[in-house]
Amino acid sequence: MTDFPALRLVPKADGPQTAKDFKTDQEVRWCPGCGDYAILAAVQSFMPELGIRRENTVFVSGIGCSSRFPYYMNTYGMHSIHGRAPAIATGLAASRPDLSVWVVTGDGDALSIGGNHLIHALRRNVNLKILLFNNRIYGLTKGQYSPTSEVGKITKSTPMGSLDAPFNPLSLAIGAEASFVARTIDSDRQHLQSVLRAAAQHEGTALVEIYQNCNIFNDGAFEILKEPGTRDEAIVRLEHGQPVLVGADRHVVRGPDGELRIAPLGEGTALVHDAHASSPATAFALTRLADADTLHHTPIGVLRDVRRDVYDVQMADQLALAEEQKGRGELAGLLTGSSTWTVAE
Amino acid sequence: MTSQVDQSEAVDGPDGERRTGPASPRSGPQDGCGRAAKPIRRLDRVIIRFAGDSGDGMQLTGDRFTSETAAFGNDLSTLPNFPAEIRAPAGTLPGVSSFQLHFADHDILTPGDAPDVLVAMNPAALKANLPDLPAGAEIIVNTDEFTKRALAKVGYDRDPLTDGSLEAFRLHPVPLTSLTLEALKDSGLARKDAERAKNMFALGLLSWMYHRPTHGTELFLRQKFAKKPQIAEANVSAFRAGWNFGETTEDFAVSYEILPAKLPAGTYRNISGNLALSYGLVAAGERSGLPVFLGSYPITPASDILHELSKHKNFGVRTFQAEDEIAGIGAALGAAFGGALGVTTTSGPGVALKSETIGLAVSLELPLLVVDIQRGGPSTGLPTKTEQADLLQAMFGRNGEAPVPIVAPATPAECFDAVLDAARIALTYRTPVFLLSDGYLANGSEPWKIPDIDELPDLRVEFATEPNGPDGTFRPYQRDPHTLARPWAVPGTPGLEHRIGGIEKQDGTGNISYDPANHDFMVRTRQAKIDGIEVPDVEVDDPSGEARVLVLGWGSTYGPIAAAVRRVRADGGQVAQAHLRNLNPFPANLGTVLRRYERVIVPEMNLGQLALLLRAKYLVDAQSYNQVRGLPFKAAQLADVLHAAIGTLDAEATR
Ligand SMILES: Cc1ncc(C[n+]2csc(CCOP(=O)(O)OP(=O)(O)O)c2C)c(N)n1
Ligand code: SF4
Ligand SMILES: [Mg+2]
Repeated sequence: MTDFPALRLVPKADGPQTAKDFKTDQEVRWCPGCGDYAILAAVQSFMPELGIRRENTVFVSGIGCSSRFPYYMNTYGMHSIHGRAPAIATGLAASRPDLSVWVVTGDGDALSIGGNHLIHALRRNVNLKILLFNNRIYGLTKGQYSPTSEVGKITKSTPMGSLDAPFNPLSLAIGAEASFVARTIDSDRQHLQSVLRAAAQHEGTALVEIYQNCNIFNDGAFEILKEPGTRDEAIVRLEHGQPVLVGADRHVVRGPDGELRIAPLGEGTALVHDAHASSPATAFALTRLADADTLHHTPIGVLRDVRRDVYDVQMADQLALAEEQKGRGELAGLLTGSSTWTVAE
Repeated sequence: MTSQVDQSEAVDGPDGERRTGPASPRSGPQDGCGRAAKPIRRLDRVIIRFAGDSGDGMQLTGDRFTSETAAFGNDLSTLPNFPAEIRAPAGTLPGVSSFQLHFADHDILTPGDAPDVLVAMNPAALKANLPDLPAGAEIIVNTDEFTKRALAKVGYDRDPLTDGSLEAFRLHPVPLTSLTLEALKDSGLARKDAERAKNMFALGLLSWMYHRPTHGTELFLRQKFAKKPQIAEANVSAFRAGWNFGETTEDFAVSYEILPAKLPAGTYRNISGNLALSYGLVAAGERSGLPVFLGSYPITPASDILHELSKHKNFGVRTFQAEDEIAGIGAALGAAFGGALGVTTTSGPGVALKSETIGLAVSLELPLLVVDIQRGGPSTGLPTKTEQADLLQAMFGRNGEAPVPIVAPATPAECFDAVLDAARIALTYRTPVFLLSDGYLANGSEPWKIPDIDELPDLRVEFATEPNGPDGTFRPYQRDPHTLARPWAVPGTPGLEHRIGGIEKQDGTGNISYDPANHDFMVRTRQAKIDGIEVPDVEVDDPSGEARVLVLGWGSTYGPIAAAVRRVRADGGQVAQAHLRNLNPFPANLGTVLRRYERVIVPEMNLGQLALLLRAKYLVDAQSYNQVRGLPFKAAQLADVLHAAIGTLDAEATR
């Protein structure tokens, strides 16, 4: 069984659980064919693996199609407001070390309105697992371009094409000092669950970008990564300690200028993926490997997984230290203070 | 200022008039060297204002004098007034920082309208404060700073100390800087460092003049500069030199004695509004048995609460300095979902950012304290000055029908009780609650009778532990029939897993619902819950029972209003006074009270926000008296307003 050090303080389940335990009686209201279904099913069937009590699990989301997620998870949950889930979850996780707290967010929710909270959650390294459903579009508001849409995107709000350059969410996360950064795809359940497993093991904030198909407003956005004919060529699977291969006959090498580039097998030595490297430089370079327009050679898997002080653990330590040094606070003494005078009857 | 309004004693005299007792020769506390003791005159109250450059340490000087005065046992009230800039350009009018202290042998209500004594550290301080001085006031000036250049900088063509323009005042020209340098010539300090102790010289002089105990200040200085003993000793030396200067110089012929005030029996300390509020939050945590979680983003004048609470981790208090106000309240709400006493502290601009999350808290029906230390607005406005212009923002500043209870303390010390009341409402009714303080309460201070902690309200809550629906289900929106509060089931409770959110939910089950009838019902129920909050009746102070004019206030205007009422009554006028601490919901008897009087006057430091609410709700012709100068009302000014209102009614009656 996998060990989950990040869940050390979370009470263990009494017995084995099944995916069914995590389903609610609520009718799921995503469009038929939406990638969110696959993610939900993958998460529901993954949760039993954690071996923790269901009631100690909380899903917090913002607003968007993806953010309806908590309603379908039979755990504690909050569907909050647009972009603010990382902040809300931070308060919850920081005050309750006995909980496993998950954030579900979309590309608009996390990177547009909630960009500030996302970067600060990442730098603080609170014990949170953030699942960013990236469909490169605003689904719930019916199809405007998002901060991850490609330049020139034609949508209702950009009939002549969008003008602004997109974010690369993983580059952004690494720039924001994220200690865990991964990417996976809605349709690859096995891979998705392996990434969830790594995220759950990680102590601190984990950012998992999940490429999710919105079949209504941005259908086929990740088709190249899914089509049997193209996917092997397009996907670069990262495994810690393994050479980084691109399709059957190429690999990633470090060029003379220090930059990563793709070369035929036999030319140079393959980069061996080190997710635990203390420098973020190579992980950052890997986030830039994909062709932003075509998604050719898109790395998936855990790009970065390093240990860093965890905010909520340190916060609890400070409380314990204060109590050790000063004794448990005593209200009467606090209110009286050091300088008083008495008025007699 | 104690809260009861006693008419028989303690009438604030008209400006500048001091009731003086006979001068009696008696030796001062530190007179041991056989000098002929100077006469001591007894006063019942004094208003002192220390004024100087922002870099002159006037706030510290005022704080120290206040602590000495509190230790002596006078009643007191303070008004710090400083620029928003940390170091505004030296020697300029905008750079002037001042601290006013009113202290007395009886209970007083305000920091006083006009200073009896002004300490002016430079020409700018003199010029900025002179208009507030009544004739006959004493002015102590630091003559060393009255150079041609310094005078020119603030537009004095001639030296006001010599041109006769200050004839109406009792001027004490004192070379404070050179006297300080002289006193510290053997200290080994560089001239610049030695000069900085001149505020302590001034403090020593004033401490001599008013017979303040000095031990506390010496202790304070040694603690403050514990790491720099040379500086500590220099400050102590300057402080003592100032005292001795008063003792020996001819210019100060008398000193003054103000007896301790006869406050209700008990143990007292001096406390500012922000400190009282912080202690209230710690106390609310202790009394509720819930860990306090403060999510906050720094903003004047609320930051002190974040600083203070950060010191009390040994009470299990968690403080979180967020990336912005939205995250501050978001984290507090997240913690509340987890069973903490969630708190967020801010000022008006921060409230604007928090609005959406407050609306979410209304919809989630979770307890949350939103503390707004109001300052001058709109926008950045006057960060360091006071105003009451966020009432309507607190009341209505959200999308949809999103009622939020509002509690407003009336005095600095009352901030403590107001927090406990706000926490009671939040925890009992599962709702966000606004606490509206302001810059004047936050930084002003007064004696506080330290409460017996066993007598503080019991705020314990019961989390839900059992399913409450049919077939063992949990219904997160099944309400208590009496309070209409919903159960608070915290994560970790088996069997009560549930999802809540900002989308409209079905009554009882909490499931998403867009049903028209359900929404109508939920909107009305959330409103009914707030309307049904139990708040105490508003008390009316109308000693004769014959007043025809009622003056009604809220928040920090209490002191000036009550002082004005005393004045009017001392002049034989009849006026009733009432003050609101609960602004949403209003006390149940408020309508009856309002209708009992022919005239209702509502003074506010805004353009009539409470008056608007009263008119809308009770259809009474409440009349506003407004001021938005960033400063509290003056008692004399309000007394004139009340006199005028009484006069108009009398005139109508005799017509
Ligand atoms: C304050 C606020 N602004 C705007 C909206 C409208 N809104 C709802 S969801 C959304 C975008 C959602 O996009 P994304 O986060 O990518 O989620 P998706 O629907 O694609 O899963 C917007 C703009 C809102 N609910 N709240
Ligand atoms: S609009 Fe797109 S993202 Fe939203 S539910 Fe439909 S398919 Fe899914
Ligand atoms: Mg999206």
